[in-house]
Amino acid sequence: MNEFAGSQYLIEIIYLVASALFILSLKWMSSPATARHGIWAGEIGMVLAIAGTLLHRGIVDWKWIVIGLVLGSGIGIPLGMVQMTAVPQRTALSHAFGALCVTLVGTAEFYLRTPNVPKFMMSVLSMEVILGGLTFTGSLMAAGKLQEILPQRPITYKGQNLVNFLLFSAAVGSAVYLVVHPETKQLFPLIVGISLIFGVLLVIPIGGADMPTVISLLNSYAGLSAAAMGFVLQNKLLIIAGALDGSSGLILSVIMSKAMNRSFRNVLFGAFGQVQASAAGGAEAKPVRSATPEEAAAILSAANKVVIVPGYGMAVAQAQHKVRELYDMLTKKGVEVRFAIHPVAGRMPGHMNVLLAEADIPYDRLIEMEEINGDFPQTDVALIIGANDVTNPAARTDQSSPIFGMPILDVDKAHTVMVIKRGMSPGFAGIDNPLYYLDRTLMLFGDAKQFVGAIVRELGGGH
Amino acid sequence: MGSNLIDSLFIFMLACFIGFEVIRHVSPLLHTPLMSLTNALDAIAVVGAIVLVGERKSEFATVLGVIAIVAATSNVVGGFFITDRMLKMFKTSRPVKK
Repeated sequence: MNEFAGSQYLIEIIYLVASALFILSLKWMSSPATARHGIWAGEIGMVLAIAGTLLHRGIVDWKWIVIGLVLGSGIGIPLGMVQMTAVPQRTALSHAFGALCVTLVGTAEFYLRTPNVPKFMMSVLSMEVILGGLTFTGSLMAAGKLQEILPQRPITYKGQNLVNFLLFSAAVGSAVYLVVHPETKQLFPLIVGISLIFGVLLVIPIGGADMPTVISLLNSYAGLSAAAMGFVLQNKLLIIAGALDGSSGLILSVIMSKAMNRSFRNVLFGAFGQVQASAAGGAEAKPVRSATPEEAAAILSAANKVVIVPGYGMAVAQAQHKVRELYDMLTKKGVEVRFAIHPVAGRMPGHMNVLLAEADIPYDRLIEMEEINGDFPQTDVALIIGANDVTNPAARTDQSSPIFGMPILDVDKAHTVMVIKRGMSPGFAGIDNPLYYLDRTLMLFGDAKQFVGAIVRELGGGH
Repeated sequence: MGSNLIDSLFIFMLACFIGFEVIRHVSPLLHTPLMSLTNALDAIAVVGAIVLVGERKSEFATVLGVIAIVAATSNVVGGFFITDRMLKMFKTSRPVKK
């Protein structure tokens, strides 16, 4: 501890303040009213921490630090300006960047210190690069799927779980061997390499509907790998920030897996997305009732209470601004309009809220599943836009259904149900939705954006 | 060394509990901005990369470090930026008084 020079004390104090600001930052995120203070706290903490780090007395070379910071900012600004519909892939990409940073620093530290790495340090360092490596490639895969560069359908093959398990064991096994025999440094690139491959294979079998869980989980891994890096560098600020990020991602994954009716163990070992494929079977052409925009408009304007249920289809069709016009029009006519938000609607936690907020719909109109489910029996019209599985009543009643037990929005209890949908093809999970064959259900076939636009025109033309 | 390690473990454990407590209270409304904010905060890993590059111990370490700085800085800048944009969009229909 004697080597603590004056500047080192100052840096530690700055890190202390930054840690407090980070915690406050997350605390203020708890409500929309204070959330923007949260950003300021985070930004101040970040600037302080980076400035403090530059006081580090070991730093002799400034040029490359500045080049790195400038380049990074240059990439960061466009990444901060993406469309709201592209937020899920942007988030996945930033998990990848975070993990890349951690993995590279871990690798560099290993080669600077080897073979004089104490056993504990070596274990943490291995954890850092394993978690970092798999998060890096896993997040890139997730971003590719979300951006639709890669196929969104799950890619599965026989023995997939076994292969994944063996690979992961190989990485951990090599790490353990390296801890015990620090002189076998040729194992290190093997550990990093296997982790990178493992990340790819982990996300390949995952389909779009499971993305909210996967993104949360990768979020958690990215945090934990940063915390591990904090242990390696003896940097308390990093440990704290990593722990906060890790626990945040973990909480979100638990919420998401509950909303998908997956056990948490199931999620941790990445066995998502494989359960369902077989269920489709022989869906016979049962009769459905369909309606035109004029009829839909007439029913909506005669209603007192309308609940709109948005899903990923709304995001794909970019229909949120048309939905906002519909909301305005109906509200003007004295209809009470609210939005029912299922926790896993969309491709990441809170996706629908952000899209609707972007379209200027007030957030007090966005109601969570548990709060709104009791209100459906008193609801005149439930209008479903681009959502499917989260409204499927089979999850409540049909024990043989692959989604049995998954909490759903009880739209089938509303007096009238209207579903905007392109056609009768089953949803992502390939499960038939009995909701569509109910007497009270009207199918509105068409593109979400165009159909909502047509309803809006009808409502506007009526006066 | 040993006591440093134990200190670090204590810090990690306490920070995890604080994380759980604080984030449990975040409204589901804000889950997306929460994730982009924690992402930006997590990019504090940039400080490790800065020291690595600044100390200039080997060419190899410097190259990896510079890439790491670029990656983390893009998260810091992009993360705060987009979180702010998202939060600006959240408006209430009720008069702003609490």
